[in-house]
Amino acid sequence: MSDAAFEALTAKIPYIAFLGVDFERRGDEVTGRLAYSDRLIGNPMLPALHGGATGAFLEITALTSLAWLRVLERIDGAGEWDGAFDPQPKTVDFSIDYLRSGKPQDAYARAVILRRGRRVANVRVEAWQEERSRPFVAAHGHFLLPQGAKA
Amino acid sequence: MADDDLKDWMAPDPGAEGEDGTLLTAIPHSRELGMRLISRAPDEAVMMIPYDPRLIGDPETGVMHGGAITALLDTCCGTAVMMSPRNPASTATLDLRIDYMRPATPDRAVYAHAYCYRATRSVGFVRATAYHEDRDEPIATASAAFILNFKGNGA
Repeated sequence: MSDAAFEALTAKIPYIAFLGVDFERRGDEVTGRLAYSDRLIGNPMLPALHGGATGAFLEITALTSLAWLRVLERIDGAGEWDGAFDPQPKTVDFSIDYLRSGKPQDAYARAVILRRGRRVANVRVEAWQEERSRPFVAAHGHFLLPQGAKA
Repeated sequence: MADDDLKDWMAPDPGAEGEDGTLLTAIPHSRELGMRLISRAPDEAVMMIPYDPRLIGDPETGVMHGGAITALLDTCCGTAVMMSPRNPASTATLDLRIDYMRPATPDRAVYAHAYCYRATRSVGFVRATAYHEDRDEPIATASAAFILNFKGNGA
């Protein structure tokens, strides 16, 4: 049941498919994967992934982690998923640090929700390639939560 | 430079420049997004992404995903840095902060204007705005720092 909910959550957003992002989840832990494609290159000389693509990947991972938490709450509350989603959280600001150049290979990302209040969530997110302990891009951002969502 | 001067300097008229700038074929991801160069001048650049259903972030509203605007702003800021009279051989983004003022309107192209307001021997500092036609109605603003590489310093 929750697998169907998770799939529906991400499948409906065209830009997630455009970028080539998919997710693996275990309970409330969500890991994003940016599947490598030549279309993601920003610097063909190095070559390196485009900073816009990796930044977008982090924002998608943050938004999906927040939205998924809300779906889990709906499932908890109702005993089952009712097939509906809240409106998406809206990005207020997003601040990206580029730590290393992104290699032409798959990347992974995980978000940490530092605080989720009634209106605003504060989220940190990091992406890595070969080693989780060597992130190549990190970000933090604030997101407006759909009204009516639980604190 | 006074804020008002800066504002004027950052207010190009994309309509006057035309909306059919050169496709950025040299940067594969920018090309994939349909990103076009509208104009360049010392320390500044104007770019555009046409509306494309593949870039929708919210299927309920048809609004373009913030990620596509991130790529537009990053590319535009990097180009403004490369247009610095210091003439760097290459550049790389150190950080990029984006503030979202309002969602993009569906079916309309998104423009970005970036201005490199200071370049030192190692870092370029850039401000940018994403908008439809009117820069006074921003979709998003950005602030970024780029490392500058010069020929002969290991770049």
